[in-house]
Amino acid sequence: MLHGEVSGAKPGFLAGVIMNKDISIKVCMGTGGIAAGGVEVMSAFEKAFAAAGIQATVEKNCAMHKVGCRGFCARDVLVDVIIDGDKATYQYIKPDMAERIVSEHIVGGTPIADWLVRDDYHTFHDKQVKVVLSDCGEVDPEDIDSYISRGGYEATKKVLTTMTPQETIEVIKASGLRGRGGAGFPTGVKWDMAIKAPGPVKYLICNADEGDPGAFMDRSVVEGNPHAVIEGMIIGAFAIGAPYGYVYIRAEYPLAVERLHLAIRQAKERGFLGKNILGKGIDFTIKVKLGAGAFVCGEETALIASIEGKRGQPRAKPPFPVQKGLWGYPTIINNVETLANVPYIMRKGAAWYASMGTEKSKGTKVFALTGKILNSGLIEVPMGIPLREIIYDIGGGIEGGRKLKAVQTGGPSGGCLPASIVDTPVDYESLGKVGSIMGSGGMVVLDETDCMVNVAKYFLEFTKSESCGKCVPCRVGTKRLLEILTRITEGRGREGDIALLESLCDDVKTSSLCGLGQTAPNPILSTIRYYRDEYEAHIYEKRCPAGVCKDLLSYSILDEFCKGCTACMRVCPAGAIIGEKKKTHKIIQDICIKCGACFETCKFKAIKKG
Amino acid sequence: MEEKFEGILSRYRENEGNLISILQDIENEFGYLREDAIYWFSERLDVPPAKFYGIATFYAQFHLKPKGKNVITACCGTACHVKGSERLINSLVKELAIPDGEDTSEDLKFTVEKVNCVGACSIAPVIIINKAVNGKMTPDKLMKEVKILKEGKREYTDYI
Repeated sequence: MLHGEVSGAKPGFLAGVIMNKDISIKVCMGTGGIAAGGVEVMSAFEKAFAAAGIQATVEKNCAMHKVGCRGFCARDVLVDVIIDGDKATYQYIKPDMAERIVSEHIVGGTPIADWLVRDDYHTFHDKQVKVVLSDCGEVDPEDIDSYISRGGYEATKKVLTTMTPQETIEVIKASGLRGRGGAGFPTGVKWDMAIKAPGPVKYLICNADEGDPGAFMDRSVVEGNPHAVIEGMIIGAFAIGAPYGYVYIRAEYPLAVERLHLAIRQAKERGFLGKNILGKGIDFTIKVKLGAGAFVCGEETALIASIEGKRGQPRAKPPFPVQKGLWGYPTIINNVETLANVPYIMRKGAAWYASMGTEKSKGTKVFALTGKILNSGLIEVPMGIPLREIIYDIGGGIEGGRKLKAVQTGGPSGGCLPASIVDTPVDYESLGKVGSIMGSGGMVVLDETDCMVNVAKYFLEFTKSESCGKCVPCRVGTKRLLEILTRITEGRGREGDIALLESLCDDVKTSSLCGLGQTAPNPILSTIRYYRDEYEAHIYEKRCPAGVCKDLLSYSILDEFCKGCTACMRVCPAGAIIGEKKKTHKIIQDICIKCGACFETCKFKAIKKG
Repeated sequence: MEEKFEGILSRYRENEGNLISILQDIENEFGYLREDAIYWFSERLDVPPAKFYGIATFYAQFHLKPKGKNVITACCGTACHVKGSERLINSLVKELAIPDGEDTSEDLKFTVEKVNCVGACSIAPVIIINKAVNGKMTPDKLMKEVKILKEGKREYTDYI
């Protein structure tokens, strides 16, 4: 808390105004916030306070709070100014704006209206229901007391001191919590299998590998509220009887890794981890294992192989990890979001959680809403919400005034939902019916300038390069699927290609060893189902309707609009444009590499793309 | 040199590490997996070098060749892809003269590496320059940053 200690520089009115006020400043310090300049903004505030003669007395918390992701990354840097409980939120804050905020708002008492967030910030949050993210953006992720002050570790105390492991499992079962990593297996049922599995030792692993491109839910939770994950692990370990826990986290998340290490250390210091936790004879320690850049290691058996120090190649199931997992012992692997739900469920009860969502998909889900959407960021919504409300009410619609074409869910294992079915409710079963999956939560919005064949090719490039190589259907299948898609996008599509794609997809799906191969064909099958006409245009007309596939495009200059300004000539990286000043220019097709730089540069709309 | 190897070995023994964590330490210390390091550890742990290389070639994080002085990491996630990451990467490769099939310029000044997703999708497209995350990157902004790097004019802070 910041108390009104004035250190002499500007006495008088300052002392009168700010004495005895609870002032709290919260600056977004997730990876996105830092990239937008969060660190500089924070130091600018510190300097401004010092200049105004306000000395922050550090008692329990710092005057300046680092907080995790509030979700609306597109408006970073977001700053909350909370005076005596009244909160004002600023957007797009730059370091040079801190001084005015301190002098006019904090000292002077008048918020700067122009810099406050607008209505869209509030509509962004109106339809959201925050459970997992309820403390992200409020707690300081580097301070365990910040988490405890909001009820943190209450669930741990309740469970370890008043409940049995089986009772805990029954609560999770009753809540209807399903695995948030993508498969949606009922968590309580999985834990029940683990408690019944025999073994001298059991393991609980948190899967923080988050390999789906376009997904950053888990990163934000670990960066913004790592203690919720740790607490979930403690409760889970108690429930299944595991003395050892691991968090397998990808190395590409350095800030999350750092905060996780710190949080584990703090939890240990307070006696929530280690031996004889809360004096109840429960031992549980957590170690952090870094991934090394392999998407397939998000698959549970590959993840286990990686922790064991081997090449991350999956193995056949059964036996499932709950029977034979890490080092051959019963192992439960849960996703970050699944575990982060647990403390809230144990605190507020299964009935509370089950009151949200649909009959088969209970609770809430965190989504990373990105792509061509106006309000891009992290959201948490009740299961069953119509996709339309996510895109238009929360997301604010399509940026640039364009039209929605499709929403891609489930990452490389998922499919595309065309605009025509935007009223589909977002839950496990409904998404499956329309040819996609919930996945881990990545939701990429596409507009009319996106080519669906190119999107399918993009995902196959990904899965083909990430294929571990162990089984033939995936190793060879993804390569061949990519070859066919590449031919189609380069104008060398042939009669029979679509049927060939469908048949090969079926083979790869049914005979691959693990989830990577089994779901790699989904983007292709989904785009053929809804956008067959686009495939046909590429194959039969050698045309890309969305204007994306370079080899099917050509750029030319329209005589009637060209002013001869030489702007396009100057940006052309290939030197393919010739012409004199004030005379119509010309693009030499043989040299043009179709990069589109001229198209982006021309102010007179004189470049034709198509 | 041997001191550094011994340091990594003792960390491995203290923390119940595995071959992956040893390789991660070597990569962090030297910027890539030096051949002499692999053979040294192979000798000390009585594990065939093939095992080390099997792991090193499986995971994207490991490099068998030295990296450039400046490392530019281009995110190729879905959101960055639809927001034009391909074009940014092409312009980087061209501007920094990265040979075909390689990721580092011949003068070892620049490495351009592609990663699958850094998880900052709302500020796509993302380019990380010497560990500093830059969001909402445009071709113009990128070329300006490259110019600064070439002239050696800015110190990048490690925020992480």
